[in-house]
Amino acid sequence: MAAAIDIALPRPSSTPGTEAAAPVKIVVRDLTVRYGDTVALDAVSMDIPSHRVTALIGPSGCGKSSFLRCLNRMNDHIPAARIEGQVMIDDDPLYHPAVDPVALRRRVGMVFQKSNPFPKSIFDNVAFGPRVHGVRDAVQLRGIVERTLRQAALWDEVADRLERSALELSGGQQQRLCIARALAVDPEILLMDEPASALDPIATAKIEELIHELKSAYTIVIVTHNMQQAARVSDLTAYFYLGRLIEFGPTERLFTNPTRQETEDYITGRFG
Amino acid sequence: MPLHTDRTYEEHLGELRTAVLEMGGLVEEQIGQAVRALIERNEPLARSTIARDHTVNRFDVEIDDLCLKLLALHQPAARDLRLITTALKITTDLERIGDMAEHIAERAVELVHESPIKPYIDIPRMAELSRDMLHRSLDAFVREDVELALAVCVADDQIDKLHEQLFRELLSFMVEDPTTVTRAMRLLFVSKCLERVGDHATNIAEMVIFMVKGRSIRHMDTPPRDL
Repeated sequence: MAAAIDIALPRPSSTPGTEAAAPVKIVVRDLTVRYGDTVALDAVSMDIPSHRVTALIGPSGCGKSSFLRCLNRMNDHIPAARIEGQVMIDDDPLYHPAVDPVALRRRVGMVFQKSNPFPKSIFDNVAFGPRVHGVRDAVQLRGIVERTLRQAALWDEVADRLERSALELSGGQQQRLCIARALAVDPEILLMDEPASALDPIATAKIEELIHELKSAYTIVIVTHNMQQAARVSDLTAYFYLGRLIEFGPTERLFTNPTRQETEDYITGRFG
Repeated sequence: MPLHTDRTYEEHLGELRTAVLEMGGLVEEQIGQAVRALIERNEPLARSTIARDHTVNRFDVEIDDLCLKLLALHQPAARDLRLITTALKITTDLERIGDMAEHIAERAVELVHESPIKPYIDIPRMAELSRDMLHRSLDAFVREDVELALAVCVADDQIDKLHEQLFRELLSFMVEDPTTVTRAMRLLFVSKCLERVGDHATNIAEMVIFMVKGRSIRHMDTPPRDL
């Protein structure tokens, strides 16, 4: 079954509520992931546009997280995982033997469901990545820390206590710290796996506002179980079911007038 | 289509559909009754029609409340969202049709005390046509029938033509005999009301097309062929 994909269609810039088509950042072709005998992802093809927020939705086990993990080769760590097909970032094949996964993850940052700061100071959490990549200069490090904490909308809340332990921060602050940490190595793409599912509505709103801010500088792919969140933060939404990409298109259209019955049933809460 | 996993939600959406239909049935009856009161010179019937407009207005408020509740509590999407926004707009049209029935009944009360200018020919036809359009637009809503809704939009021309025809005829009466002016103006007002009922029925039909197809055909000169 072919997925309904309509992002490639040029949209007139005069139409209210639509944006001009963005260049493609990530190209995925026939991506299949198997864990042992289980097919987690079945021949998924998708063009993810640059400087847009793409949301991946679908019920548990639909393959959306497997898909996300393929985008920075996180599945490499799972011995039983076998991956076929192609993923390219700006025409660079991701699964080429010459690609160094560590260097790759500098281009593709990730934020997880549960905030996972290191048991270190706020400063050292953010400076960790740049230090690993060889930044030693204290002034430069301080500059990176301030810039990314500002980008993550956390600076004003922690500027006077950068040396305190990150574990003293609230859940919402910890999650924004993890976003700052991901941004500190200057990635091009930010992957977010349910970044707000463990947060209260105010912290969630801050993260969502942050996502809006960040898309001007980064390409963002977000997995969420919260459909209203997908509707609020994303420009494009992809609906996955049983390992297949069922529908991919502008969020506004997908939530008002989806093309496929399976999408309609899922977003309207008809789970059969 | 499978049912919602959330039964309460499913029930509320069912209630909404039923309420829209009940309101539609009521205003259809109101139009019929108002025109009958006019033709039969039946003042009590006209007065009971006027009195019943309150019930129509109450439906309007209740359906709005139900829609707001659904929007606030269930964050509807896709088809459900379109159903609710359609219901909100349809009830405004239905409420206006209710007002038209009331206006016609008011003219009927006035005309009972005046001698008729001419036998009623075009007004019953217009009433029949507008009620039929309304009935079919509501049928299209229940059955989610786009073809039927399109047919309603097309039918509006007929009523418009009858209205123009009646306008010219009443004008000639008024020119020939100025003592008919008051009565002719009242009839012209009735004709205009029925013409408006056709417009509101067309609005409903257009919203039904939006509800089913997710595409708006409102304010187009001719409806698109490919829906």
